[in-house]
Amino acid sequence: MKTYAYDLLVNDKRIDERAMDEYRDIELKRGIIKNAEGSASCRLGNTKVIVGVKMGIGTPFSDTPDEGNLIVNAEFTPLASPEFEGGPPGEDATELARVVDRGIRESEAMDFKKLCITSGEKVWMMNVDIHIINHDGNLIDCAFLAALSALMDTKIPKLQDDKIMRGDYESELAVQHKPIEVTVCKVADKFLLDPAKEEEDVVDTKLTVAVREDDSICALQKQGAKDVSIDDIKRMVETAMAKSAELRKLLKE
Amino acid sequence: MAKTNDKLIVGGKRLDGRGFDELRPITMRIRAVEKADGSAQVSFGDTEAIVSVYGPRKLYPRFLQENERGIMRYRYNMAPFSCTDRISPGKSRRGIEISKASRLAFEPVAFLDDFPTTVVDVFTEILQADGSTRVTGINAASMAMAVAGVPMRDLVAACSVGKIDGQLIADLNGIEDNNSEADVAVAMMPTKDRITMLQMDGVLTKDELFTLLQMARENCRKIYELQKAAIKDSFKQQPDVTAVAEAAEEEAAKESQG
Repeated sequence: MKTYAYDLLVNDKRIDERAMDEYRDIELKRGIIKNAEGSASCRLGNTKVIVGVKMGIGTPFSDTPDEGNLIVNAEFTPLASPEFEGGPPGEDATELARVVDRGIRESEAMDFKKLCITSGEKVWMMNVDIHIINHDGNLIDCAFLAALSALMDTKIPKLQDDKIMRGDYESELAVQHKPIEVTVCKVADKFLLDPAKEEEDVVDTKLTVAVREDDSICALQKQGAKDVSIDDIKRMVETAMAKSAELRKLLKE
Repeated sequence: MAKTNDKLIVGGKRLDGRGFDELRPITMRIRAVEKADGSAQVSFGDTEAIVSVYGPRKLYPRFLQENERGIMRYRYNMAPFSCTDRISPGKSRRGIEISKASRLAFEPVAFLDDFPTTVVDVFTEILQADGSTRVTGINAASMAMAVAGVPMRDLVAACSVGKIDGQLIADLNGIEDNNSEADVAVAMMPTKDRITMLQMDGVLTKDELFTLLQMARENCRKIYELQKAAIKDSFKQQPDVTAVAEAAEEEAAKESQG
């Protein structure tokens, strides 16, 4: 549907007068949930996401007996948008969780081998739960910033006779890489970053790119119901690489 | 399939003897499910997918209908016996995501606007998995959709590419997939040279990524030629068995009279 937001975008303009490659104000807060081993919130304009990390003990997968597990889950809580409904995670929530998961896992943001307790028997399970609080577009980028911040905030609890002593901590979770996910959107022949909801509703294609600090690419996910050329992808990847360096500065210790 | 520490490339060849950008042996069969409006079965090496397409057909319940356009539903499912470890039946998060990405691979291609209030249902079952299952499913789905008569701008051809032992390769099999440094799934409209699906995980430099996309593009074109040939072949006139038998009977009757 051709809306006001669409008419502006095809003329290189935004509804809030930002530049096409400009993000809204970003506010990151850590340590906001006291019962979680790590937590953070990210506000991106009016989009708000809270992430809590709970550390648990579980059995490792048979093909990685000495590696901890990462479990990312996303909840599109009905309070966040008139479009969300209660019930089990839908297609979009599942995709968001898996794209965030891939960005963290594939970039080896943390050394999974350090999360082994007893090889083949007990390992740390990092449960990263993403809660959408307000949906005003660009959920993936916002959720990723919140998730990585929450992991950087995470402390590993003390163990006594293999039982978790909640509230007592052994060490910090070592985050060794800082990947950033940037979603580049295309509408007609224009490219833009960080769409607000009204803009997101009219874009043709989105490409989420996870970029590590060494400029390697560790995840891609194309979304949206339109096709793109290889040249478009090149431009989108390059835009994401440039922007990721800027966003990473927000993650300083 | 388990991880391995063994080399995946020995003497400049992959473990199954293939060259780096070489596809596995491909078989394609149209009308694998008689009941369906369109269907196909495709295998890439030991990976085998069967797809049927129903529709465009009326969508119920009615509140799901869209008055301006038809919708598409895409189900990617792995049969419980398709892998070394049993896959428990029912929805998985992986399946939900792949189904969505696969559906989006077809949305730019099918003229759904011409069929308001209808649905095109695409059902993909992976019967046997040895890597690259989603792209094998897409290749079969594309053919099944064409045979079902869904108007399309182009066929969709899909291919996986990736990196193993530092080498860029095409069409990853199971062991390569499980031990890859990166894998990328690409679906294209081959004659229009447009990409409709792109998913990647692993670690790649920008240059590696674009070398791989080029490799995927070339292989998608090869796959497209095979798809086209298989579809054309399936529409060649089959000898009508009953007609032949009747003719033979008539001939015999004439002879006995004569």
